[in-house]
Amino acid sequence: MALIEARHLTKIFGSSPKKALARLKAGATKEQLLTETGHTVGLHDVSISVERGEIFVVMGLSGSGKSTLIRHLNRLIDPTEGEIVIDGVDILALSIRELEIFRRQKMAMVFQRFGLFPHRTVIENVAYGLEIRGESRSSRRTKAAEWVATVGLAGYEDQYPSQLSGGMQQRVGLARALCTDAEILLMDEAFSALDPLIRSQMQDELTELQARLRKTIVFITHDLDEALRLGDRIAILKDGTLSQIGTPAEILLNPADAYVRAFVKDVNRARVLTVDVVMKPPPLRLTDETLEQALAEMQRRGAEIGYVVNAGGYRGVVTRDAVSAAIADHRAPTVDAIAIGAPSIAPGASLAEALPATLSSAFPVAVIGADGALQGILSADRVGEILTPQPETEPLHKEAAE
Amino acid sequence: MFIDIGKPIADATNAFIQWLIVNYGDVFESIANALLTVLVFIEQLLRGAPPWLILVIVALIAYAASHRVLLSIGVTALAWLLGSLGLWEQAMQTIAIMLVSVAIAIIVGIPLGVATARSDITRAVLNPLLDLMQTIPSFVYLIPAAMLFGLGKVPAILATVIYATPPLIRLTDLGIRQVDREVIEASRAFGATRWQMLKGVQIPLALPSIMQGINQTTMMALAMVVIASMIGARGIGETVLLGLQRNDPGKGLIGGIGIVILAIVFDRISQAFGRRLQAYRAVRS
Repeated sequence: MALIEARHLTKIFGSSPKKALARLKAGATKEQLLTETGHTVGLHDVSISVERGEIFVVMGLSGSGKSTLIRHLNRLIDPTEGEIVIDGVDILALSIRELEIFRRQKMAMVFQRFGLFPHRTVIENVAYGLEIRGESRSSRRTKAAEWVATVGLAGYEDQYPSQLSGGMQQRVGLARALCTDAEILLMDEAFSALDPLIRSQMQDELTELQARLRKTIVFITHDLDEALRLGDRIAILKDGTLSQIGTPAEILLNPADAYVRAFVKDVNRARVLTVDVVMKPPPLRLTDETLEQALAEMQRRGAEIGYVVNAGGYRGVVTRDAVSAAIADHRAPTVDAIAIGAPSIAPGASLAEALPATLSSAFPVAVIGADGALQGILSADRVGEILTPQPETEPLHKEAAE
Repeated sequence: MFIDIGKPIADATNAFIQWLIVNYGDVFESIANALLTVLVFIEQLLRGAPPWLILVIVALIAYAASHRVLLSIGVTALAWLLGSLGLWEQAMQTIAIMLVSVAIAIIVGIPLGVATARSDITRAVLNPLLDLMQTIPSFVYLIPAAMLFGLGKVPAILATVIYATPPLIRLTDLGIRQVDREVIEASRAFGATRWQMLKGVQIPLALPSIMQGINQTTMMALAMVVIASMIGARGIGETVLLGLQRNDPGKGLIGGIGIVILAIVFDRISQAFGRRLQAYRAVRS
């Protein structure tokens, strides 16, 4: 089971949410609820599940309910209906005291405007979670100092937050969250208040830290680029309902509805998409065949070129003409000997990185994994097809204009 | 046209006070005696000490609160002026009453302020009561207070506390409500209990506002010294009262100046202390 399971969460803000919920279920729209009863629907039947060790990004514009959603996960907000199970524990069933213990052990949070304690120094801020748990002063100081150093703030331990720049303050926020060693990290628009340059720097650092720490991170953002850059999976929220959940590539290549399509329209796909998600399987894989076998296979499949792979890995390409010529000349016994070395690309490379190789090669370029195995091919045509913006339809324009 | 409800209210009140005196007179007397013991102890301490020692203590407190030499010298000079005006004894009596009153106001006011900050209902109930405490003429409750506690210092303290506590309650409430929501959320998200949050986050961050409240309480307590002297509490207020009764405007002025000097001394020290509490806000790179 996933580490975090939130099922059918509905949150209605107002004086008597239960009554409003009944009306919502009876088919009333949000607008009706708001005008007739004064209740606001924050979330409507949202289910997500977050796997251990992944960065799960919740993306949406302001008012989409993303901040409401993340606050349900540590019960800063209680749902009107639905269930939340974290690591097998139904957290809605916890008493206040149990909930406090759960928050101390299981999850930590990073806030958009940092949420630092202005009257505490950097190290006291970082040690806050440990202090709440009742750890001794010396042990929490030692641990906090380590995390302060990890986020690159060594030397600033005894400064107050107001003495630091925004980027540095958020490093303190991050260190404070990491210091508790909680398995789950909730990041509510953690980098949104930072300058673009600092923001991308923090994104890189988070990625690096994550490679080392393997936390489970729920990351909220309104910035699609950030979502695509950080997310293993992305959930797109609109007006309190889920539009789509998927990997960055799925979201880019198969947007679920007009809203998501409008969103991903302006994304620089060449930078976001990687070779492995758009490559095609190789049309013909040749191993130790004799030239005659190879030619027969090529003719049967109608393939002009074959990709030669043997026990040592990828060897290169052969064309049908070259094979025919070699048979006529009796030059070589196997395809191995006449394979032409051709450029190859790594599956993890972005399309932008792969583009020069695909354009300069006469054949579709082989995609070779770290183990030397042939994983697929990428042609210049395929790259062109992926990078060409999809035709825009009329309703999409309307949606975007709204 | 009018139904007479004034007389029944007055009669009921009188009957209630009578009933209190008859049935709980001893209780009130022991409360009064306990308060009086504390008050007399402080007063004797202040009056027994040589004036130079008091001046040194004032200077030290002022310096500890402000870390500024000039302010400490100024405050001490003002305190010295009290003696030169011939008001030293009276000033010590007034300070004793004020210290006890402000201490009670703090003990009562801060928890009430915290309670109103936590619950809108408590606030809605308490607010009109606070308005009442600040506006109702002191004599209205001084009459029954004098009947219950006897004339003198204790009803004076009661009157002072009733008049001077509301600003502290209000400013504590305001201070706690104004703490950044995200900071509170952060504290909750890390699993702080309500007490940990109050002690570690809300009170410290509301402290500038609470200090302002204590400052206001002190100032209002000083405003009550003349009225306090009317029911037999001695002190600088008595000097003013004597000036009034004996048609001696000079004496009245001296008493007035004394009260103003006390106000300035208390104000400067508590303000300086409040400013130092928020030193972390001032530092900006």
